[in-house]
Amino acid sequence: MWASSRNNPATAAPDQPAGAVPSGRLAVRGIGKSFPGVRALKDVTFEVGAGEVHALVGENGAGKSTLLKILSGAYHPDEGAIFIDRREIKIPDPRTARSLGIAIVYQELSLIPWLSVANNLFLGRERLAGGGIFSQRRLRALAQAELEKLGLKAQVDRPAAKLRLAEQQLVEIARALSENARFLLMDEPTASLTGREVEVLFEKIRALARAGVGIVYISHRLEEIARIADRLTVLRDGQVVYSGPVGEIDLPEIVAKMVGRKIGEHYPPRTSRLGEEILAVRPPSSASNGRSFSVRAGEVVGLAGLVGAGRTEWAWRLVGASPSLPGEKVRLKGREVRITSPTQARSLGLGLVPESRKEHGLILSCSVRDNIVITILDRLSNFLGFVDRKTRADISRRFVDRLRIRCPHDGVSVSALSGGNQQKVVLAKWLAREGHIIVLDEPTRGIDVGAKVEMYHLINQLSLEGKGVILISSDMPELLSLSDRIYVMRQGRFVAELESAKTSQEEILAFASGFKEAQAV
Amino acid sequence: MKPDTSSPKVAIFLSQYGALVVLALLLLGMSMSSKEFATVANLTNVARQVSINAVISAGMTFIIITAGIDLSVGSLVALAGCVGMIVLNWTDSSIIGVMAGIALAGLSGAVTGAIVAWTRIPAFIVTLAGLTILRGLALIITGGSPIIRFEGGFRFLGQGVLWGLPVPVLIMGAVMLAMHIVLTRTAFGAHVYAVGGNEEASRLSGINVAITKLRVYTIGGLLTGLAGIILMGRLSSAQPNTGEGFELDAIAAVIIGGTSLMGGRGTIWGTLVGAVVIGILNNGFNLMAVDAHYQLVAKGVIILLAVLLDQYLKRKL
Repeated sequence: MWASSRNNPATAAPDQPAGAVPSGRLAVRGIGKSFPGVRALKDVTFEVGAGEVHALVGENGAGKSTLLKILSGAYHPDEGAIFIDRREIKIPDPRTARSLGIAIVYQELSLIPWLSVANNLFLGRERLAGGGIFSQRRLRALAQAELEKLGLKAQVDRPAAKLRLAEQQLVEIARALSENARFLLMDEPTASLTGREVEVLFEKIRALARAGVGIVYISHRLEEIARIADRLTVLRDGQVVYSGPVGEIDLPEIVAKMVGRKIGEHYPPRTSRLGEEILAVRPPSSASNGRSFSVRAGEVVGLAGLVGAGRTEWAWRLVGASPSLPGEKVRLKGREVRITSPTQARSLGLGLVPESRKEHGLILSCSVRDNIVITILDRLSNFLGFVDRKTRADISRRFVDRLRIRCPHDGVSVSALSGGNQQKVVLAKWLAREGHIIVLDEPTRGIDVGAKVEMYHLINQLSLEGKGVILISSDMPELLSLSDRIYVMRQGRFVAELESAKTSQEEILAFASGFKEAQAV
Repeated sequence: MKPDTSSPKVAIFLSQYGALVVLALLLLGMSMSSKEFATVANLTNVARQVSINAVISAGMTFIIITAGIDLSVGSLVALAGCVGMIVLNWTDSSIIGVMAGIALAGLSGAVTGAIVAWTRIPAFIVTLAGLTILRGLALIITGGSPIIRFEGGFRFLGQGVLWGLPVPVLIMGAVMLAMHIVLTRTAFGAHVYAVGGNEEASRLSGINVAITKLRVYTIGGLLTGLAGIILMGRLSSAQPNTGEGFELDAIAAVIIGGTSLMGGRGTIWGTLVGAVVIGILNNGFNLMAVDAHYQLVAKGVIILLAVLLDQYLKRKL
């Protein structure tokens, strides 16, 4: 019954922005939504026209994802109305949203891990490859065609779990696009993408907009907004605080609207006091032209590279979470070591804040406190194994205060925290261990501006305490501003070592993508 | 947006003690439908019957919190009793026999734990194999027939009375208390919850996941062995065919007690309540002279309802 509105598209609203194809728009009026104890959205009015890219920004918890979930039928609004082509509609479930031409790419990956890429792409729509018993071959061909449209070279019969995070994200986008959506909702589509992939995605977004698709785009990377969006809406605490053409507002103003206060400086100034070398990794001698890696006390070392360059894998090997390469030599504080387990790495003073905080960083069923002290239970317990509960509480509270982890108290489940605060908990558990070296794998991915700045200050603070920080990040300005030195990784090897002060995004990219093969420093 | 976690105190209480609500309803229902139910003699009897399942379930709780399972406990109850009795007959010492039975069960648990920890075979498969292997061993060493013995201190563990309470009930109390303390107050207990909640995150945090699992299954084995010895004492014999279906009662007690089969959550007290619920069901049906065949159906339905209620209350929070 809802699909009927699709067959009779109303004429375009007269106030369409210039250049858009006037064929229809998706709008919400006076939307409100509450969860127990929280007003997630309040009197929100928002719309996206055909051919328009409308960016939706705001801090974590501002209500962006809630709004998208209402548009995609995952949540129902408590009040307000939704319109397509000026006709009021109801979206009781995601199926209806899809039949209305509204497709969504969620922030959290929603692929089924052990189904092939092709099966994931056409999940629930296998009928396209033949009714009843569908043809796997036909499905593969269809999937191949969809992926090629996006310039993605993933093998369609590989299980989704075997793809890198960025590739999975692209498959999700391909899935949404393959549904011939009139409106495409994207929740942080570039969070796990780097350079080239972002460009590919942007091209695709522009092409879709030209074809008349209305796009709602959530991103924490504000630089992207100016490049891709026509209009911009800022949400704060569930309310619209700004809405207008992108050209009429600049970046500092956007940030100020988001946080409700001016953030003077995005990146804290960096004063480094470097000590002696505490970690050196020499690649297997067989690996030609791979460079050695080193960290000094008090140094922040950046690790740049495209997704799939092997940075995460390298980090996991370093902390003993994956088997080390034969011939790879690790020297820690001048002593040669062979790290074979995370337990051993921990006792040597090495810790990893992993890329995927929910999968690898947190015990979501445990409290904030239990997550913070998880690395130091051995120190907190006596010879009988009994945990000193007072010290445990003291340490937990100290880190909640120091990192300003926002939670009612440290006994609440860590799953109740926002992304930024969860990330702080993962960091806290390694700070509690008081090791020498901490590896941060994409520590600011998917967290809001305020939490990012706090994370930057923490990284600085760590280095001032004399710790060695290894920072893996796909956010180039972040990497350049925070690091003393940057290594560029490509195909599992360090291909360049650069002084942050003397390099540029362009140079890093040239090394990372292989345009430039040579040495540096 | 995260929903606020502060809700009315009643809801929080209900969500944490769903099993207790079921238990209270059951107690009320039984007392009303049978005059014999709420007598000291009958309740003591129920407690004695519950004790064996509760001791096994305490170990099962550890295993299920790590997102594992142990299907072999029923067979291990039989094997521990048989080994204990054979050693007792060799040595003529109850203490050595009892120790031997428990030690063997601990060893069996350790082997299971080692396989679960260091291979990629799921615990379900490993312990399903264990279920038939251990039963087979019990039949082999006894030649398939029960070994009866009417004298010896071991009978005290199953039949004795101390301070007015049956010894199995005292053992159950001590085991539950000790396991509760281990689970809530020790680093090992914290590791158990962590490994069950997120194995990979635990590993990356430097927890030795394999050793944690090994210990968990070893504890499960030891407690199952203890249960086997209590049963041997109560029956004054070792029966190679005993214990069939015990794994189901133990798993049911743990689940009714609110422990998640997905791992990461659960309490010993919940399990104790779950074991008592099952014990009362068995006892109450007998008092009401419900046909044994109908008892099975009713028990299954009540277990389902209890878990449904528990899930409903948890969602309400």
